[in-house]
Amino acid sequence: MDLSFLQATLLTLLGGLPLTLNLTACSVLLGGAGALVLALMRTSGLVLLSGPARAYVFVFRGTPLLIQLFMVYYGLGQFRPALQELGLWSFFRDPYYCAVLAMAMNTAAYASEIIRGGVASVPPGALEAASACGMRPLMRLRRIVLPLAIRQALPAYGNELVLMAKATSLASTITLMEVTGLAGKMIAQTYRAVEIFACAGLIYLLLTFFLTRAVLLLEWRLSPRRPRRQPAPPTIRITGEPA
Amino acid sequence: MTATHPLPLQAAARQRTEPQRPVEKIAVLDLHKSFGSIEVLKGISLKANQGDVIAILGSSGSGKSTLLRCVNFLETPDSGDVVVCGEHVRMRRRRDGRRVPADPAQLTRVRTRASMVFQSFNLWPHMTILENVIEAPVHVQRRPRKDCIEEAEALLDRVGLAAKRHEYPAVLSGGQQQRAAIARALASHPEVLLFDEPTSALDPELVGEVLKVMRSLAEEGRTMLVVTHEMGFARHVSTRSLFLHQGRVEEEGPSAEMFAHPRTDRFRQFIQRAQS
Ligand SMILES: Nc1ncnc2c1ncn2[C@@H]1O[C@H](COP(=O)(O)OP(=O)(O)OP(=O)(O)O)[C@@H](O)[C@H]1O
Ligand SMILES: [Mg+2]
Repeated sequence: MDLSFLQATLLTLLGGLPLTLNLTACSVLLGGAGALVLALMRTSGLVLLSGPARAYVFVFRGTPLLIQLFMVYYGLGQFRPALQELGLWSFFRDPYYCAVLAMAMNTAAYASEIIRGGVASVPPGALEAASACGMRPLMRLRRIVLPLAIRQALPAYGNELVLMAKATSLASTITLMEVTGLAGKMIAQTYRAVEIFACAGLIYLLLTFFLTRAVLLLEWRLSPRRPRRQPAPPTIRITGEPA
Repeated sequence: MTATHPLPLQAAARQRTEPQRPVEKIAVLDLHKSFGSIEVLKGISLKANQGDVIAILGSSGSGKSTLLRCVNFLETPDSGDVVVCGEHVRMRRRRDGRRVPADPAQLTRVRTRASMVFQSFNLWPHMTILENVIEAPVHVQRRPRKDCIEEAEALLDRVGLAAKRHEYPAVLSGGQQQRAAIARALASHPEVLLFDEPTSALDPELVGEVLKVMRSLAEEGRTMLVVTHEMGFARHVSTRSLFLHQGRVEEEGPSAEMFAHPRTDRFRQFIQRAQS
């Protein structure tokens, strides 16, 4: 065991962690906003809105993220003149933006289904009580539907967050030097794949560990629990690694 | 219209000399409502003056809930008029042919004036009891939060739940939840209270605590429409009763008289069945 090599590797790879976190955060936030819009379109009851949303989810859930990523980065390159004309080329030339866009579009599809499930789980009685006290549809959405839907969707959304954190490793295929990208570069230089991938894996393991804990904490904070005045400590469930 | 000027004076003079006319709070006129091909309400009229407590009775499926829900437009009537506190609720036809209330602001006003208490309480599970009570006053009526909290605490005290105000609905018993729901209904200063079988989802030993609160509301002169299977409440607390059968008013009148001398066979059988 070459401990000093492992240590050096770990330190180098940690240099890619900020980019990994950045990609995760940006795509999940952007994708979350998109998911909300898609979910509201799906539950609107208007074919004109729910149809496109349904088609979007069908396509983006049914194809691999890697292909979506390549489509955005390499595929759109074919339309360079048109994009240049629109002033979009500087955006699509940058692998970082392409990665965020592709991942956000992908997670939006999955997360919209999660949110839709949450919206469907809102008890009809809670909705009726909101209408009966004079709430208009938008306020009802903001004060009753979304708070309840998000609470319901949070565990599943936590899984999606973990999946996206790991999926950022695909960004290495379009030249981004996040944790996996750095690992690949190091292997090309040293040919010590086992140690280097083990270190990279360890970093992802710790990352997902903290992410799941953070989601659990949020779940606990949002759950209707006994007196708010004297909060009890959170009981942390040990959950297996999400599929 | 030459006499418009002296009219208000005349009206004021009449008020001083004549006995006060009752103030009409709810008027329902020839209400029809169908679900698909089934006509559930076949022309129902109903009037509630200030201080009336009207018990709406009838066997299951006779249209009681539908009638009550048409008053605050949780269901939209197919035809007929609903007047709440002197305000005729205007309707319009949507492009798909469905009738909907024409003016959202008016709908909000009407729903604020006629608060509803549901059979299954329908408290918002993600809010504490106090938050449930102040939700509509703070967000719908936009009254100052501090005043609303003070008032809500007084209301919760009145229904015996002051100690539970920071609890979530899930940890309360059914009776406590229903009393909280009544406090929530009172919080927006309604002029009419609508109850849809408020005690039907409760264990028998919890019915009393809710009825006690309702009786105290009746005694302070509130206008109430109460769909109920509690014959004791209908007979002794309500001022008038309305007995529905298959979407029509089969019998109505002052409760004491109606229960003492039922005029129709159906209502007689209905009370006999309820007593046995
Ligand atoms: N949303 C709906 N869609 C279709 N049918 C409905 C709907 N709501 C009520 N109905 C039907 O209308 C009829 C009257 O229902 P309603 O709930 O008004 O009766 P009710 O007198 O309140 O009965 P209960 O004592 O059981 O509550 C019933 O036959 C019911 O099946
Ligand atoms: Mg009913």
